[in-house]
Amino acid sequence: MAGSRPTEPQPEAAPGGGRFAFRARVFDADALRRATIRIAHEIVERNRGATDVVLVGLPRRGPEIARRIAAAIRSFEGVEVPVGTLDVTMHRDDLALRPVRPLGPTRLPTDVGGRVVVLVDDVLFTGRTVRAALDALGTFGRPRAVQLAVLVDRGHRELPIRADFVGKNLPTKRVEDVRVRLTDTDGVAEDVVELWAPSDVDTAAAGGAGP
Amino acid sequence: MTGMRHLLGITGLDRPAIECYLDDAAAFWEVLGRDIPKVPALRGRTVVTLFLEDSTRTRLSFETAARRLSADTMSFQARGSSVAKGESLLDTVRTIEALGVDALVVRHPAAGAPHRIAGWVDAAVVNGGDGRHEHPTQALLDCFTLRRHLGTGLDGCRIGIIGDVAHSRVARSGVRAFSALGAEVTLIAPPTLLPERVETWPARVTHDLDAELAELDVAYVLRVQRERDAARRLPPLHEYYARYGLTEARAARMKPHAVVMHPGPMIRGLEVATTVADGPRSLVRDQVRAGVAVRMAVLFRLLGSPAGGDDA
Repeated sequence: MAGSRPTEPQPEAAPGGGRFAFRARVFDADALRRATIRIAHEIVERNRGATDVVLVGLPRRGPEIARRIAAAIRSFEGVEVPVGTLDVTMHRDDLALRPVRPLGPTRLPTDVGGRVVVLVDDVLFTGRTVRAALDALGTFGRPRAVQLAVLVDRGHRELPIRADFVGKNLPTKRVEDVRVRLTDTDGVAEDVVELWAPSDVDTAAAGGAGP
Repeated sequence: MTGMRHLLGITGLDRPAIECYLDDAAAFWEVLGRDIPKVPALRGRTVVTLFLEDSTRTRLSFETAARRLSADTMSFQARGSSVAKGESLLDTVRTIEALGVDALVVRHPAAGAPHRIAGWVDAAVVNGGDGRHEHPTQALLDCFTLRRHLGTGLDGCRIGIIGDVAHSRVARSGVRAFSALGAEVTLIAPPTLLPERVETWPARVTHDLDAELAELDVAYVLRVQRERDAARRLPPLHEYYARYGLTEARAARMKPHAVVMHPGPMIRGLEVATTVADGPRSLVRDQVRAGVAVRMAVLFRLLGSPAGGDDA
């Protein structure tokens, strides 16, 4: 449930019952900004420029991260990279396992055929969202290449998928929760990425090692 | 929206529930514009259209929607079926369900039939039109078409529903949906073609089309249902066209940006002039494409999640 984070992290109800407690801060606003800019540089370096690149964000937070990467590329490279949004809900293979999310918008700014599409998401976990995105992308055309940029790679892949550009590799337990909160998408005062854990699974976390 | 297993009518849907369908339909409208207008969301699910009353466009629209979602479809029609041989509705429905069905789209000449069927089966039931009662997906697609055309909501939009209101499930569902979204609805019909208890509907009633024309943002023309006119309540047809037909002259007197809608099938020269139906004011073709998007949204919402699933 996307809500504003309490200023003093408190245990709160977890989706499957039980409670979650704050564990560690992964990124503060400055670190997140630097990671985003580094990813932007890596994208330009890998593709020897940005002229053919299209950034496609995966909701909810991917589009905003894509916009930030595009802004960074504009500032240091002087190139306007098109940014799009791709909602993959209809392409998921686990629809029957989880509640339906309201469908988000899909807007691709340009024909993706022959271009380099960089998919952008906040957290890479099982890889199923990315698989769905690859399928969805295929209904629009045939990109020359598809790359993947994420703020956090938390492991636990269920498919042979890897990221090309990673803000931070974060070892996690499967039951833990990586919470990304951005000013533009979550109404928080400052960007932040945190690791939360079920308090009844790992009691050490309940000690509240605050930031 | 919680616990939504069936879509039986607009009655019982509040504004947020209607808007939820319309928002999803917007996402599917975008899918219909892709190179490959198909998504795998309902792969492995089976949708059956059970149409015990003649219909081509609604059935095709539902089947197209189901296939665009990668569901399998089967079609059951009264003509040439076991129903024609005297099988009861309950037996028909049980037989179909035994084939393994996730959703049943039901059209039936008797009001309330889809509600009965919903009580008999585990499958999701969508009302595809029952008697003179309801036709909820038509109302949703009309709302979607208008919302797209206006670029805003329907608040304050003046909609005139013209013609055979008495026999019309389209009008019954439409009035409820339009008014739930904030539109001001006026029913424009001869006294003989108004239903009983029309005063309980959330709409104004008038018999004078010419007096209303200049006020309308939308002229929603209904089909004259001669096949349902057992009581012979229709005036002679030339007289009907003279008073309630949307002629070119009448269309010319509407507001510059006013639009014309029709649920189809149209009877040109009786309800609406050909030049108006094909003219720049007409949204009729938009309505057809919207029908697929809206029906995708309905099937997706009823089938796309674990049974009884809530929104996360």
